[in-house]
Amino acid sequence: MHPTDTQDPDYYHRVVDCQWACPAHTDVPEYIRLIAQGRFSDAYMVNRESNVFPGILGRVCDRPCEPACRRGRVEDKPVAICRLKRVAADLRDDIRPRLPTAPAQANGKRIACIGAGPASLTVANDLVPLGYEVVILEQFATGGGLMRTNIPSFRLPAAVLDEEIGYVVEMGAELRLNSPVHSMSALLASREYDAVFVGTGAPKGKELSLPGRDQSDRIHIGIAWLEAVAFGHKKDIGENVLIIGVGNTAMDCCRSSLRLGAKNVKVMARKPRGFFKASEWELEDAEEESVEIVVNHSPKAFVIEDGQLRGMRFDRMEYQVEGGRIISETVLEELVFPCDDVILAIGQENAFPWIERDLGIEFDKWDVPKVDPATFQSTRREVFFGGDAAFGPKNIIWAVEHGHQAAISIHKHCTGQPVGERPPRGVRLQSRKMGMKEWSYKNDYNPLERRLVPHVSLKERFKQLNVEVELGFDLERAAVEVQRCLNCDIQTVFEPKLCIECDACIDICPTDCLTMTRDGPLEELEQRLKAPRRSRDQALYLSAPLKQTGRLMVKDEDLCVHCGLCAERCPTNAWDMQKSWVDIPHAEDEARCRS
Amino acid sequence: MSGVVKPRVEHPGLPRNALGLSRRAYEGGMSTLCAGCGHDSVTAAIVQACFELSMPPQSVAKLSGIGCSSKTTAYFVSGAHGFNGVHGRMPAIAAGASAANRTLKYLGVSGDGDSLSIGLGQLGHAIRRNMDMLYLLENNGVYGLTKGQFSASADLGSKSKKGESNDHEPIDPVLLALALGATFVARSFSGDKEQLVPLIKMGLMHQGFALIDILSPCVTFNDHEGSTKSYAYVREHLQTPIAADFVESRREITVSYAAGEAVSVEMHDGSNVLLRKLDSSYDPTDRSAALAYVQERAAINEHVTGLIYLGEGRRHFHERHNTPDEALNSLAFDKLCPGSAALERILSRYR
Repeated sequence: MHPTDTQDPDYYHRVVDCQWACPAHTDVPEYIRLIAQGRFSDAYMVNRESNVFPGILGRVCDRPCEPACRRGRVEDKPVAICRLKRVAADLRDDIRPRLPTAPAQANGKRIACIGAGPASLTVANDLVPLGYEVVILEQFATGGGLMRTNIPSFRLPAAVLDEEIGYVVEMGAELRLNSPVHSMSALLASREYDAVFVGTGAPKGKELSLPGRDQSDRIHIGIAWLEAVAFGHKKDIGENVLIIGVGNTAMDCCRSSLRLGAKNVKVMARKPRGFFKASEWELEDAEEESVEIVVNHSPKAFVIEDGQLRGMRFDRMEYQVEGGRIISETVLEELVFPCDDVILAIGQENAFPWIERDLGIEFDKWDVPKVDPATFQSTRREVFFGGDAAFGPKNIIWAVEHGHQAAISIHKHCTGQPVGERPPRGVRLQSRKMGMKEWSYKNDYNPLERRLVPHVSLKERFKQLNVEVELGFDLERAAVEVQRCLNCDIQTVFEPKLCIECDACIDICPTDCLTMTRDGPLEELEQRLKAPRRSRDQALYLSAPLKQTGRLMVKDEDLCVHCGLCAERCPTNAWDMQKSWVDIPHAEDEARCRS
Repeated sequence: MSGVVKPRVEHPGLPRNALGLSRRAYEGGMSTLCAGCGHDSVTAAIVQACFELSMPPQSVAKLSGIGCSSKTTAYFVSGAHGFNGVHGRMPAIAAGASAANRTLKYLGVSGDGDSLSIGLGQLGHAIRRNMDMLYLLENNGVYGLTKGQFSASADLGSKSKKGESNDHEPIDPVLLALALGATFVARSFSGDKEQLVPLIKMGLMHQGFALIDILSPCVTFNDHEGSTKSYAYVREHLQTPIAADFVESRREITVSYAAGEAVSVEMHDGSNVLLRKLDSSYDPTDRSAALAYVQERAAINEHVTGLIYLGEGRRHFHERHNTPDEALNSLAFDKLCPGSAALERILSRYR
C-alpha cells in the first residue's frame, strides 16, 4: 500500500469533523479553545473569518457540525458547538476596530448585490476590503433577508441582526433599502455594475391545492405569514391553529401563533417521526411550549361552512416502514380537526419573476437558473447567484459559503482571471509540545454530559413576541462545555523514521485505534486491525514501512479521541501532537497572493 | 507519565470475554515507567492474556520484588490480589501464599536484578520445589532504577550506554531453569505479542513452575548500538524453533497442519498447547536437547524464543505436600487447628 499523503490539505481537515461538516469550514476547536481561555473577542474573530455572522449563527445555525462531532461517537451527545459560538458573540468586547475596512483608494469596480440576506452580505464583506464598491439592493426597509422575515425575533433578536449587518455596512458597503429590483434587464442595461450577485433567497412558499383553499382568508402561507408577523402587519390569530408541515418553518409558525394569542396549536405531520424535516432541537423547543405534533395525518380538504373556515379534513394513515423508508401506506379513517386558522408550511422555493428570460441567463426545465456549483456563475458571465437563490432552500451557513465562493469568482471575473481556477486549500502544522508531559491544550476525554442552555420561563416568554427564549450559556456552563471538545484539530502526526517499534503507543491507546502490522492489500490489512473499522467516513492512516520490521503503523482516524497518549508515551517523538490549520482561501487571500 | 490518566473512553465495539468484561477491565494504574519501556508491553500482554482466558480478576494474585519490573504489577488487573515484597524475595512470598490458598493463579513478575542477583537463591528453590506459579522475568540486562549498570544477564561483550564492555559471563535464566528441572520454560520478546500472549496463557494454565524469560528492552539505558538487548538487536537475533499456540478447552482446534508438522499437547484442564515446528530437528519435550540447543544458539549470538521446554507430569508443590483444595482461611477452625491433644500426639512421635 502507498503511505498516506498527509500533506493533502483535505487529509487533516477531514479529521476535524465539525470543520469538515461546516459548509464555511469554521475552525471550531480553535475558537472553543479561545473561549476556554476567556478570549471571547478572539473566538468571535476566528468565527467571523469563516461564517461572518457568529452572533446570528450562534442562535439559529442549522449546525451540521454537531451531528458530525467526534464527541458524539464516544458518548450520546455532541459538543454544544452552536451555543458556544453564541458565548463568543455574547461575551465579546467591541470588535469593530479589528474589522477590515475599505482601502482609501477604491479599485473602480462596482458590484450590485440583490437582496440583503446572508449571501449578499458575505459578498460585500469579502469584496469591500479589496476596494470594490458594493451596493446592496434590498426591497424592504430593513436588511437581513429571510433571517429577519422568517426567523421570529424570539429566536433571533433584531438587535443581533442589526449589529452584524451593521459591521458590513460600516466597512463601506452601501445598503440601499426600499429598493426592489423589478427588472434584471434594466439593471444590466444601466451598465452601472461590473458584476451582479443575486442573493434573493427562496421567498415563495409552496401552495397546497385542496378543496376549499380559495374560500377563506384564514389560510396562510407560512413564510409570508411569518414575514407579516415580523413587520407587525399581523398581530393576532384564532384560538385554534393547525400548521401543515413539520419543517423548521412550521416550528417557527406554531411558536409564533402561540405568541399572537393562539391557545391550541397542532402541527399536522403526514408521516411518522423520523421523517420530520425540522431539526431535533426546534421540535423540542416547540413541544416544550405545548405544541402538539400530530403524526400520520394527510391533509385532504379545508372545511368551509357559511364562508368560514371551520376545520380541516385529514386521512389518518398507517405506514409500513422498512430500512428507514416507507414501503406502503394505508388509509385508516377520515377525520376533521376543527380550527380557526391554517398555516401552510410545506416548503419554499426560489422565484425570479423579475429576471427576463432573454438576457443570456439560462434557466433549466424547473425554471431554476443554471448556476455553476463551484463558481456560482450563471450562464451570463457577470451574473452570479448564491444562497437559496442558487440551488433552492438550504440554510444560512450555506448562504455564507456561497457568498465567499461567489466573492472569489467576482474578484476573478473583475480582474480578468479564469473564474473556474479556484485557489488551492493548504494545511499548516505546528507542534503543541511544551516540554516533558506538557501540551498546550487540554480537554476532558471522559464522559461529560452536554450542558443544557437555560430558557426563559414558559410564563415570561409569551408576554411579548420578541422575548428571546434561549438565554445562552453562562460562564460556568460554558467552562464545562468547552472541555467536552476533543480538540480534533490537534493532530496525531507520525514520523516513521523515528519509530523503534516499542509498542508503547499501541499499548496505551484507549480506543485501540493504532495497529502495527505487515503490509498487504487494504481489505485484508483491515482484518488485522486491533479494533474493527466501523466507519469509512474517516481515513485509515498508513505509514511508510518501519525501520526494524518493515511493518506499517496504521491508524483508524475514526476512533481517535486525540488524547495524545501515543505522543506522551513515545520515547522517540515519532508521534507528536500538532495543531493543523486548514487554509480555506477567501477573496482576500486570492487578491493577496496575486498581487 | 504520572501526570496523565488514561481516559475511560473505549472503542464501542470492544470485544467482551465469557465474563462480559472488556480488555479494559484487566488494566491497572497508569505506568510510571519510562515511555517506550518494554515492561509496559509485557503489562499489555498480561492484560490481553487474562482477558482472553476470561479470568475473574479476583482469582489472580500478582507478586513482585524490587526493580522497574517489579513496579509493573501495579499496572495490570487492578482487581487482583497483590503483594510487593522485598528485593529478590518474591518467590518466598509466592510459596507462602500458594501454600495457604492454592485456588488463586500466582503470577510473579520480576527482573534480571531481582531474580538473577539478589534473588537467585529464591528463584532456584522455587523452581526446585516446582511451585505452582507463572514467573515472568522481564530481562533487560541492566539495572535501570540505578541508572544502567550491567546486570547478571548482560551478555559478554555487550556495551553499556557510556561504551564500557561487559566482561562477565551472563546467567541465562532459561538454562538455569532447564538445569533445575522447571516444567515449563519459554523465552519471548516484549515487542512480539503474537508470541508472548499465548505463552502467558499457557504459563498461567500450566500446573507447576512456569518461567518465561522476556527480553524487554530498557529504552533509557540499554537501547543503543552495541547492546545485545536493544529493540533492534533482539529483533535481528531472534531464533524461534517452535511456534506454540494455546487452545482453550472449550474451543475446538480449528487450525489444521500437514502431518508431522504440528503436535498437540493436552494440559491438565483439557486445554491444548498446539506446537508447530519451525525447526524440524527440535523437540520441546526433550530437556537435554533443549539445553544443548539454547547453548548452541547463544554461542552464535542468537536469542532462542518461543516455548523451549514443556515437561508435563512432574509432581508440583501441592501434590507433593498434599495441600487442601480450598484456601486455609475457608477451612473450619477445628480442621485447621486440630488442638493441643493432636499436637501432643504428633510431638510424642519424635520423643
